[in-house]
Amino acid sequence: MKTVVNYFRSLMLWELLLGMKLTGRYFFAKKITVQYPEEKTPQSPRFRGLHALRRYPNGEERCIACKLCEAVCPALAITIDSEQRADGTRRTTRYDIDLFKCIYCGFCEESCPVDSIVETRVFEYHFEKRGDNIIDKKQLLAIGDAHEKQIAADRAQDAAFR
Amino acid sequence: MIETLEMGLGMLPEVILIVLKILLIVIPIMLSVAYLTLAERKVIGYIQVRIGPNRVGPRGLLQPIADGLKLFLKEIIVPTNANRFLFVIAPILALAPALAAWAVVPFGEGLVVADIDASILYILALTSMSVYGIIISGWASNSKYAFLGALRSAAQVVSYEIAMGFALVGVLLAAGSLNLGEVVRAQDGSFLHWFWLPLLPLFIVYFLSGVAETNRAPFDVAEGESEIVAGFHVEYSGMAFALFFLAEYANMILVAILAALMFCGGWLSPFQGIPLLEPLFSWVPGLVWVLAKTSFFLFLFLWFRATFPRYRYDQIMRLGWKVFIPITIVWLLVVGAAVLANLSPWFD
Repeated sequence: MKTVVNYFRSLMLWELLLGMKLTGRYFFAKKITVQYPEEKTPQSPRFRGLHALRRYPNGEERCIACKLCEAVCPALAITIDSEQRADGTRRTTRYDIDLFKCIYCGFCEESCPVDSIVETRVFEYHFEKRGDNIIDKKQLLAIGDAHEKQIAADRAQDAAFR
Repeated sequence: MIETLEMGLGMLPEVILIVLKILLIVIPIMLSVAYLTLAERKVIGYIQVRIGPNRVGPRGLLQPIADGLKLFLKEIIVPTNANRFLFVIAPILALAPALAAWAVVPFGEGLVVADIDASILYILALTSMSVYGIIISGWASNSKYAFLGALRSAAQVVSYEIAMGFALVGVLLAAGSLNLGEVVRAQDGSFLHWFWLPLLPLFIVYFLSGVAETNRAPFDVAEGESEIVAGFHVEYSGMAFALFFLAEYANMILVAILAALMFCGGWLSPFQGIPLLEPLFSWVPGLVWVLAKTSFFLFLFLWFRATFPRYRYDQIMRLGWKVFIPITIVWLLVVGAAVLANLSPWFD
């Protein structure tokens, strides 16, 4: 008996009609598309985008060239050279990040003892020439200067969980 | 010399008339094909909770033109080991019958280019021709994917042709004519006089065979992106590819309009015979009804594609040979008996 019922069901295309009812309902559902350049999805304060080097409020750069980030970087994207400055402190002379190698894991930020290297919320950037993908210390500091307010606010919000 | 020139001039208006008729059919078809691609992307997008193309022109309305322009400007690459002649001629063989079949399609009372008595037969013959384009393209490409796609498509189209043919035999039994105009006139009366009701199983078999015949989802094993890349047209690019695309969509529209004509009363108003609504809608020209019914069937095509996963190949064969053909044969007997008994209200 059951076989006969099943046979007639499949002959009447019953399950196919059920499927079409489902897709038909979705036809009228509210669309979830985000129209990207005009609309954007919300970002987490932990968003890991383009890197930046931060400064202390007095304008002194934070990085002390401990090279922990260079050591921890799983993609070997960071290259650091350092020297002793006239005032006896150690500072970087070169801080390059190859953004083609970088996998945006955030380990550099986690390893940094002075919260110098951070990943910002910036994710809309591009390169026009080969070689532009390697950003140097000057560019990193400039990014940090431009977004310091946002960076500081995000760190403050996340401080309780660190 | 002068005589032949005069004769040529005398024939000129007729030639121009013929060319005009051809353009009158082909240009709207090309436009509908272009906008059917947009409709397809929009409908499937909507069903997938997206909004589909909306960047080119207002609400994406210029998207088909951008796509066409892109294909037009692209290079046609002929693979080194391909059979050049067959490779080039295959897309033409696919498109030409798809367009030629439109000659006998009536768009309204008397609105037909060639009002011939064997129009259903002519359409059957021409739609069967289009499989040659696919087979030849698969063979000429000299590529294993194209060859597999062509083999699959050939077997599939040939098997579904039988079920489709039988379904059409039912129509001609019911209408007593092979002329599409006569078929529509035989359905005159009301919504319930249309052949979809007495020929319901044949109607469903016809439409599903039509979906299979045009190699559309869920019967699109000939393309099968996930298995054989794009099937018979992997090696085609630019306008050669576009011709296959045009042929597929022109065939879709043809299947849809034939379903409207043969089973859903063609240009007859659906409100015929209903006391209040009939005078209310009597001003609507028949062409509008044909196009509305055709659009509905085209929407079904897109709805199917957005809903069903691809059939397994042996299941396609099983459905065609072991389900559709027996159903059509049984129902042909039923229709034959009904016609003999002058069953009211359809066959009296």
